[in-house]
Amino acid sequence: MSTTPEDLLRERRRRNIPVQRRTAVYVYQAPLRIWHWVNALSITVLAVTGWFIANPPPSMPGAASDHFLMGYIRFFHFSAAYVFAAAFVFRLYWAFVGNRYARQLFTLPFWRKSFWEELWHEVRWYAFVEKEPRKYYGHNPLAHLFMVVIITVGGIMMMITGFALYAEQTGLGSWQDQLFGWLIPLVGQSQDVRIWHHWGMWVITVFVMLHVYTAIREDVMSRQSLISTMISGWRMFKDDRP
Amino acid sequence: MPTATTETFYEVMRRQGITRRSFIKFCSLTATALGLAPSFAGKIAHAMETKPRTPVLWLHGLECTCCSESFIRSAHPLVSDVVLSMISLDYDDLIMASAGHQAEAILEEITHKYKGNYILAVEGNPPLEQEGMSCIIAGRPFVEQLQEVAKDCKAIISWGSCASWGCVQAARPNPTRATPVHEVIRDKPIIKVPGCPPIAEVMTGVLTYMLTFERIPELDRQGRPVMFYGQRIHDKCYRRPHFDAGQFVEDWDDEAARKGYCLYKMGCKGPTTYNACSTVRWNNGVSFPIQSGHGCIGCSEDGFWDKGSFYQHTTDTHVFGVEANADKVGLAAAGVVGAAIGAHAAYSAIALARHKVAGNADPTADRKSSHAGAGDQQ
Repeated sequence: MSTTPEDLLRERRRRNIPVQRRTAVYVYQAPLRIWHWVNALSITVLAVTGWFIANPPPSMPGAASDHFLMGYIRFFHFSAAYVFAAAFVFRLYWAFVGNRYARQLFTLPFWRKSFWEELWHEVRWYAFVEKEPRKYYGHNPLAHLFMVVIITVGGIMMMITGFALYAEQTGLGSWQDQLFGWLIPLVGQSQDVRIWHHWGMWVITVFVMLHVYTAIREDVMSRQSLISTMISGWRMFKDDRP
Repeated sequence: MPTATTETFYEVMRRQGITRRSFIKFCSLTATALGLAPSFAGKIAHAMETKPRTPVLWLHGLECTCCSESFIRSAHPLVSDVVLSMISLDYDDLIMASAGHQAEAILEEITHKYKGNYILAVEGNPPLEQEGMSCIIAGRPFVEQLQEVAKDCKAIISWGSCASWGCVQAARPNPTRATPVHEVIRDKPIIKVPGCPPIAEVMTGVLTYMLTFERIPELDRQGRPVMFYGQRIHDKCYRRPHFDAGQFVEDWDDEAARKGYCLYKMGCKGPTTYNACSTVRWNNGVSFPIQSGHGCIGCSEDGFWDKGSFYQHTTDTHVFGVEANADKVGLAAAGVVGAAIGAHAAYSAIALARHKVAGNADPTADRKSSHAGAGDQQ
């Protein structure tokens, strides 16, 4: 004797349990998903190598000619930085050619009242005041705000400060210097730029912590899928109430 | 241009006892120091023999005279001798023989006679608070003397970090409002030669370039001559291989310090400081701070007194008077956020469990029919 799903459904109807249909929407296209994971990887490499550039590991023993530790650390930092920057440029391009959700990272409906109301609802949901979150195809307003502030604005800040510092070794007249060298006298001096770049690392690190936590939590507790969405591209809804 | 009676550089030098041989040596040395081809030695010599010398007026504002001390100790005695006679400072109240009204009369005379054709070298800076009374020269605020002399000069050289950035007297809270020259004089080309003090050979090199070629050397965005300030100390540091290898001094008296490893972890500002110390060096090319075992303190950088400890790599950030270190705050923030996430996750799990318990107790737990659920529970 076996029970088929149809049997279960019939049983639920009989016992007056509402039928839950699971709907799904294709939200994140493949290039965007690839960008997300490339970005995640490059940020991880950047933060770890950045930490070691500011706080180098214990001294290497033996002759200097036998080692190139800081050289490698800096190489990986700069490589990851180029990947991050190139991916960012691609992401900007994708905002134009991708679907409507691809534009969220660069647009904030700042003047739309309902955005702030929904954002407040989301805050209350995290504060355990609201019983239930709302459903969103793309980012929820709170996530949307954070993405724009940290990934777009923060990312641009990190790229400008980063390339300005990089220009210090490529030298006067290099393209990095011509494009970004103006920042150093604007901020004060090289040390200031370094410190602000370093603060940026911490801001992004804390954001990543929050991002990973809320993604897992929303996946478990909200009414829609989160983590699998960034893998498959499909946003699945756990119920079909509005 | 000056009248025909004006002496050339060469004539001045000869009059001061410089031999022809020494003069030619100086020309070759200067060409090398400026990074020019050997053929330029002849051009420099020719220029010096034919061009009437450009007078240099050297003013002193709020300063400690370390620039002058450095300048008169120019590493190669030859250079120092020749340059001192070459520029034949028409006015430098520190080292000139005349004093008082006689000295001030020279200033008056040169600014009129060589109108638009003299170079103004400024050591130190003018304080602007209290109507400039914190620095009095010849009975008047220095800022007035500076403005008067600057009015008809060809160009200004800002000697040292005082004139270039403000230096210690402009450090927070800067009670006298000591102000770098470029913020007081805005209509003249200004060459910044920062450092506390600048290297003697850098000073003489810049002057020689300007006097021989009659033009301003190539400057970077901040107005410093690229030939001496185009690279960081770190870029040419002889300890750089230890940095790349990852070999650092961790303590002032550890084995690494004795072996001469990189001073990065001791807060060396070589990576953020633009100057020629690691190539030109100091005191006759004998040494420079890093070679002597101490990190660079970044004395030629803008506002170096206010940029945190000389002994920290990740220096403190001043936020409305409260100092914060990016690493300390960052680690603390990560810890607090991590703990908050843990607590939030735990509470979320409890809330979820409660929700499920409520859901199991009442099959119609969906909020549409929650009134029934509430009834069941009671």
